[in-house]
Amino acid sequence: MSEAHTHHEMSFWEKYVFSTDHKIIGFQYMFTGLFMALIGGFFVYVFRMQLAFPGIDVPGFGHVSELAYNSLVTNHGTIMIFWFAMPVLIAAFGNFLIPLMIGADDMVFPRINRLSYQIFLLSALVLIASFFVPNGGFGGSWTAYPPLSAEAQYNATPLGAPMWVIAVGLEFVAFLLGGINFITTLMNARAPGMKMYDIPIVLWMIVIASILFMCSVGPLLAGAIMLLFDQLIGTGFYNPAHGGDPLLWQHLFWFFGHPEVYVVLLPAMGIVAEIMAVFARKKLFGYKTILYSVFATGILSFVVWAHHQFIAGIDPRMANLFTVTTLIISVPIAELCFVYIATLYGASITFSTPMLWALAFMAEFLIGGVTGIFLGASGLDVYYHDTYFVVAHFHYTFVPIAIIGFYAGITYWFPKMFGRMLNEYWGKVHFWGTIIPFNFIFIPLFILGAAGQHRRISGYVHFPDLYTQDLQNLRIIATVSLIAMLAFQVVFIVNMVYSWFRGKKAEINPWKANTLEWTVPSPPPHGNFAEFPTVYRGPYEYSHPDREVDYWPQNEPGPDPAKSRK
Amino acid sequence: MAFQVPVATSRSSTGIPTSRLAVWWVLASEIVIFGGLLMSYLLFRLLHTSWGYEAAHTNPYAGGFNTFVLLTSSLFVVLAHQAAEVGDTKRSFRYIWYTIAGGGVFMLVKAYEYTSEIMHGYTMLKSVFWSFYYTATGLHGFHVLCGMVIMGIIAQDVKKGKNLHRVEAIGIYWHFVDVVWIFLFPLLYIAK
Amino acid sequence: MSEAAEHHDDHSPGRYVKIWVILLVLLAVSIIGPTLGIKWLTLITAFGIALVKAGMVCAYFMHLNIELKYIWYLLLATLLLLLVLFTGFAPDVMKPSGQRWVSTYVEPTEEEIAVHHPEEGNEGDRIEAAPH
Repeated sequence: MSEAHTHHEMSFWEKYVFSTDHKIIGFQYMFTGLFMALIGGFFVYVFRMQLAFPGIDVPGFGHVSELAYNSLVTNHGTIMIFWFAMPVLIAAFGNFLIPLMIGADDMVFPRINRLSYQIFLLSALVLIASFFVPNGGFGGSWTAYPPLSAEAQYNATPLGAPMWVIAVGLEFVAFLLGGINFITTLMNARAPGMKMYDIPIVLWMIVIASILFMCSVGPLLAGAIMLLFDQLIGTGFYNPAHGGDPLLWQHLFWFFGHPEVYVVLLPAMGIVAEIMAVFARKKLFGYKTILYSVFATGILSFVVWAHHQFIAGIDPRMANLFTVTTLIISVPIAELCFVYIATLYGASITFSTPMLWALAFMAEFLIGGVTGIFLGASGLDVYYHDTYFVVAHFHYTFVPIAIIGFYAGITYWFPKMFGRMLNEYWGKVHFWGTIIPFNFIFIPLFILGAAGQHRRISGYVHFPDLYTQDLQNLRIIATVSLIAMLAFQVVFIVNMVYSWFRGKKAEINPWKANTLEWTVPSPPPHGNFAEFPTVYRGPYEYSHPDREVDYWPQNEPGPDPAKSRK
Repeated sequence: MAFQVPVATSRSSTGIPTSRLAVWWVLASEIVIFGGLLMSYLLFRLLHTSWGYEAAHTNPYAGGFNTFVLLTSSLFVVLAHQAAEVGDTKRSFRYIWYTIAGGGVFMLVKAYEYTSEIMHGYTMLKSVFWSFYYTATGLHGFHVLCGMVIMGIIAQDVKKGKNLHRVEAIGIYWHFVDVVWIFLFPLLYIAK
Repeated sequence: MSEAAEHHDDHSPGRYVKIWVILLVLLAVSIIGPTLGIKWLTLITAFGIALVKAGMVCAYFMHLNIELKYIWYLLLATLLLLLVLFTGFAPDVMKPSGQRWVSTYVEPTEEEIAVHHPEEGNEGDRIEAAPH
């Protein structure tokens, strides 16, 4: 069927810029996200240098004023969540994988898909532009609490603040459009025979993440409009003197903000599930358990938000309630981790680069999850809140999610995306060069946080209790490790660019995997499938005793072992 | 550039046509957008006794007339859908334009209301009640405008007999905009 | 919904007009309601009728009565979410004072709210100028 597509001569612009092909749009999201990650990485380098060596001229930036420091921290957080984690994990992998894995030729609404990317690009441009207006980018922290965010006299960025709100709002609209596309595509466009429990876990995760995003972002979009009016017109939505309430924003923000954690976590967990099953050569343990745990996580994620506000003056009775729900939500997440480990149990594991990343994800994310228990308990949080303990905690969740999850995904699907194999040796060098410094950045921050180091201070020179030699040494260790980690990313970039053009040609199915994307040429042509596949069984039938080969593609005619076993 | 609708769009694993399914998800996301705004309003409305007096300065007759206009336009768009279903593109086209006209009347009445309120000093800055009033009705009006524009585009297709399934999709959206107004009306105009 | 099931296939224009007439009658009641001046009655005529109207538009105009059931569940789930939002926000947002703080906001009286003479230049005043 795709003959008409492939032979249609397209100009460069049609093919790569204004394309409606889901794969190209996925790449657009991915490269825009990676570009933004470079900016976010540069920002963190600058402000970590300021923290380790207060007052120096940072090479490549210069002197870091307090205003600049606030702006750098704020935009580092904003970029890494909204312009790196979301576009890369959900939009890039979602766009690339959903049609391929369900045996369709494209998304159901390709032009809305393109519009979604264009709005996303616009939002990124607005954000970047906000760094160059007078007084620089917004500096009221990525959570944008009023009155700091609402009034220019406090945040000192009269132009940066509204531009930041507009950029974030546009980004939300882009992901709403994209998310609705993902959801309807998975619901409606599946290949014949692909039933609910035949869908690869990663697609479930991406789509559930899109649903979570869609259900939680609405109130914040309304809240963002209100914040914008407070900033630009001078209304009093968040101003208690006029009958408004600053806590309203905190609630609206975290009502979105907490589900957002799971919005980015779930796709990463899905990617890891795919990789683990393939490289353990074992059927994924407890497919339905995973799915139901994710449902439970999704539902619970809507009733935990106020644990971010324990010291914001919220009602203490509510704080009790939210402590309980917060501790409950760790149950399904722990369930997921156990089930993943059960997949590994007794398997003959291949330690390829993607598998290393997947295992590292589990190990590092566990640390992030366990330290979250401390912060979820409202009593302990009174001490830990706004210290570097919190910073280290959420970086131990977000770095595994966004960075390790991305590297796991890209190293696994690189052959399919670009038709070449990545270099394994340099892949492993990059892996260790990222994982080891990563731990050396954030373990010191846990200690600093426990010592009482507050988050939102641009230098500790004026705080004698915190400016001791021991603590300063820890800051220097963290900063040096950060620079090492950033430097090792060059290895990845070189490896990726080199392999893209000079790497070993990839076969159709280099990992011997079951899912449908491995049945089309690498890279897949426009239209994906020469002949649309039919699905006969679930995606994780590895090492089945009745088979000579240890994998069993979903589209190979034959019995469905899930049925015959019953 | 010739855009070809992919095969994926015509599939329907759920049994619901893709366009309609997508509209339901759009509405789900819109419910939480309007819901978040209206819940915030309601929290303040129940807290501040003075907002009842503020609400007394809205014009319930203009609001009521606008409810009538939107209900009627909803009738037109459902008739347009019905006509499209039986293949009567001419009648469908006509009803779509009646609906757009209804949206136009709504916007005119709204413009009149805004003008008279601002002239009398009830601006967005008078109190947070009025901030909510303008934000909520403004967001709703924006949705009315979007609906009108999209309907104008769809009407052109219907005239040529193309994409008739879109009449139903935009109809569902338009009814939703109507339903939002059905709640905005008592919240902002009637409850005093 | 049993009634809806009976009219499963009735898509005639006449039926839509009938529903429209019922909606208009309901609208008239909701406008007349507050003029009687009884508070609980106003609440019923305003919000009770809004719910009925919205339900009718959803069921008959949006054809939710003949749509797959889970679309109802989807839309109701989002409404449930709003209920969670409301109950979670209410203890904080609706609190006029706490243990260590009081709100400086003073509710204006009915007299203060009315803008009697726009000529006096109240027009376009910023909130700061409003009486506290």
